[in-house]
Amino acid sequence: MRAAKVLESGVIAPCMPWPRTVLDAAAWLRLREALASDPSLDLLALWGEPGFVHAAFLDIAAPRLWLASTAVEGGRVPALSPVRPGAALFERALHDLWGITAEGAVDARPWLDHGRWPVRAPLSPRPLSHSPAADPMEFLPAEGAGVHQIPVGPIHAGIIEPGHFRFHVQGETIVRLEARLGWTHKGTLSLLQGKSPRVAARFAARLSGDSTVAHSLAFARAAEAASGAEAPPRATALRAVMLELERLHNHLNDMGFIANDAAFAPLHAEAGLLREALLRAQHQAFGHRLMMDRVVPGGVAMDLSPEGQAAIEAALAGAAAGLPRLLRMYEGHASLQDRVLATGLLPPALVAAFAPGGVVGRAAGRAFDARMLTGEMADCPTQPGADVDARWRQRHAEALAAIARVRTLLAGLPPGPLTVSLGHGEAREGVALVEGFRGECLAWLALDEGGLIRAAFLRDPSWLHWPLLEAAVIGNIVADFPLINKSFNASYSGVDL
Amino acid sequence: MLWPRLARNLLRPPVTDAPVVPLPEVVAALRERMEAASMRRLGRSLAIRQVDAGSCNGCELEINALQNVAHDLERFGLRFVASPRHADVLLVTGPLTRNMAEALLRARAATPEPVWIVAAGDCAVDGGVFKGSYAVLGGVEAVLMPDLIIPGCPPSPTELLEGLVALVEANA
Ligand code: SF4
Repeated sequence: MRAAKVLESGVIAPCMPWPRTVLDAAAWLRLREALASDPSLDLLALWGEPGFVHAAFLDIAAPRLWLASTAVEGGRVPALSPVRPGAALFERALHDLWGITAEGAVDARPWLDHGRWPVRAPLSPRPLSHSPAADPMEFLPAEGAGVHQIPVGPIHAGIIEPGHFRFHVQGETIVRLEARLGWTHKGTLSLLQGKSPRVAARFAARLSGDSTVAHSLAFARAAEAASGAEAPPRATALRAVMLELERLHNHLNDMGFIANDAAFAPLHAEAGLLREALLRAQHQAFGHRLMMDRVVPGGVAMDLSPEGQAAIEAALAGAAAGLPRLLRMYEGHASLQDRVLATGLLPPALVAAFAPGGVVGRAAGRAFDARMLTGEMADCPTQPGADVDARWRQRHAEALAAIARVRTLLAGLPPGPLTVSLGHGEAREGVALVEGFRGECLAWLALDEGGLIRAAFLRDPSWLHWPLLEAAVIGNIVADFPLINKSFNASYSGVDL
Repeated sequence: MLWPRLARNLLRPPVTDAPVVPLPEVVAALRERMEAASMRRLGRSLAIRQVDAGSCNGCELEINALQNVAHDLERFGLRFVASPRHADVLLVTGPLTRNMAEALLRARAATPEPVWIVAAGDCAVDGGVFKGSYAVLGGVEAVLMPDLIIPGCPPSPTELLEGLVALVEANA
C-alpha cells in the first residue's frame, strides 16, 4: 500500500499551505506498515504537542510536503524508527521534551535531557518538577580484540559548539562513533509558546546562528501562512537575497575549514578573506554581519539602500573572482586531494534510508533542494562520490550558483512596501520549508484565536546529518574525524533546541 | 654486618655544613628582575580557551573570524589554545545552559591561576533572549564572576578584539 493513500484517508486539519492529516491509532499503524515498503516518502521531522504527535514527510518526486498527526494514548504512540531510522533521534527528543514514549522505538535512551533541568518533560501538559543531577550516559558498545574508547567533549579542542563524541577504535581505525548532544539545549520551543510570531521570531533567528536567515525565513513564512498574510514582493526578493548571501558566506567558511582540517592553511586564509568581505558588505547593507533579525514575520526589518547594494555587488565580484582560484588551489595539491578523496564515504543504503537534505544529501546524489517546492528552482546539481571531496565540490558549485542568483535578484528588485501585518481571528496553522546552507529548515506553528503561538516546532537539517556522520566515519582513522566532521558541519544548537 | 653500620650512620651527625641562608634583599631584588624580564618577554601575550556554554553558534562564528587574515588576532599577542591548562583567559559564550554548567566549572578548575573570565555576547552577559528558560542559568555570572563583559549579539570581531586587547594592555 502507498503511504500517501493512508495519509489521504485521514481527517484534514487546516494547516497552510500543506494540510495536516489526523490519523487514528489504527491508521497510524497502517501508515507505518506502508512506509516499510514504500520508499517515496522521506521523513523530515517528528515532534509533539500536548496530546499529539506530528510528523512531516517529503515526497521529492511530486514535490510536496505531507503532515500527519495522531493522538497520544496513555503517553504512548507507535514508533516510526523501525521503518524510518531518521526518526530515532526525534523519538528520543519526543520523550525528553513532551514525555511521549515511542513504542517499539529502536533507541529509548535519553537525548536532550541530561537530568540537569529542574523539570522533566518541560513541554508536556504537566511537567514534573525534578531535582537536577546528572544522569549517567549509556553508550552503545563495541566489542572485539583491542577495541578501546576515546571520549571527547563536551568541550572540544577548537572554537566549536559543545557535544560529546564517544569513539570506539581498534588501533587507528574508528569502529563506532556515537555523538551525544543536548549540551546547548536552551528550551527554545517553550520560549516560543504564548508569544506573538513577531516577538517569537528572535528565537527562530537564534536556533542556529549560522542559519539565522534560513530559520527566520521558515518561521516567518509559517507564521504568514497561518495568518493568511503574504509578504510583499520587495520583502520576498530581499529575503531571497539574504538567504543566498547566507549560503555563500557559510559555504566559503566550510570550504576553508575543510582544507584547514587537512592542514592546508592557504585555502582557509583565502576563503576566510572572501567571506570577511562579504560579512562587511552585509553589515553595510543590512546593519548586521550575519543579517540576524532582518527577516521578520510579515516581511523584512529594513530596506536595501543603493550604497548597501553596491557594497554587496563589490563583495560578490570578489567572491566570483576568488572561487575559481579556490578550486584551482584545491585541485592542484595532491596532498590535499589525498586527504579528501574516498574519506568519510556515506553508504548509498544509508542515504536512501535517512534521505538527508542539503549538501550532505546532494553530494551523495540526492537531487532535492527545498527551493524546488516553491518553484524557485527547477532542478539542482548534485555530485556523485558521497565523500569529503564531493561535499567540498558541492559547496563550491552552490556558492557559484548563489552569486548568480543574488545578482539576478538585485538586478530586478521590485519596489514597494517591506511588511504586511499579520491578521488574526481564527486559530490557524502554518508550515514552511526553506533551503538553508545546510539543508531544509522546517518551521511549523499553530496560533490560537489571539494570534499567539499555541505550539511550534523548528527543525534543522542536522537532525539527519548527525546519525549519518556517525556512519561515515566508520573505517576511517581517528585523525580524519575532524575533516569528515567539518565536511558535514552539522549544527549542535540547531538540534539541541 | 649491615645493621651496626646502619645504626652508626643513623646516629652520627652529618659531615656536611649547615645550609646557607641567602640574603632576603638579594632574593627580593632577583625576583623583581625576573618578573620584569618575564613580563617583558611574555607579558604581552594571552592564551585564550574559548568555552561555548550553550550559544546559538553566532558568537563562535565571530570568534572564529578573529583568526582570519583581516583581523589576525595573533599580531596582538592573542592566541587560542586547545586546553584550559594552557590558558590565561576563558572566553565564555552562551546563556550557560544547565547542561553545560558542570563542564564550564571543570574547565575553570583546569585553568591555572591567574585567569581572566570573559563573558562574550549578550547570552553570556545575562542569558540574553534565553533569560528565564528552565534550561539556562542566565549568563556566566551564575557560576563564575566575569572580569570583562563584551556585549553584542553576536559581538563583532572588532568589539571582541577591543575587549581582548584591553586585557593584554591591563596585563602588560
Ligand atoms: S549572544 Fe547572540 S549570537 Fe551570541 S550566542 Fe547569544 S544569541 Fe547567539
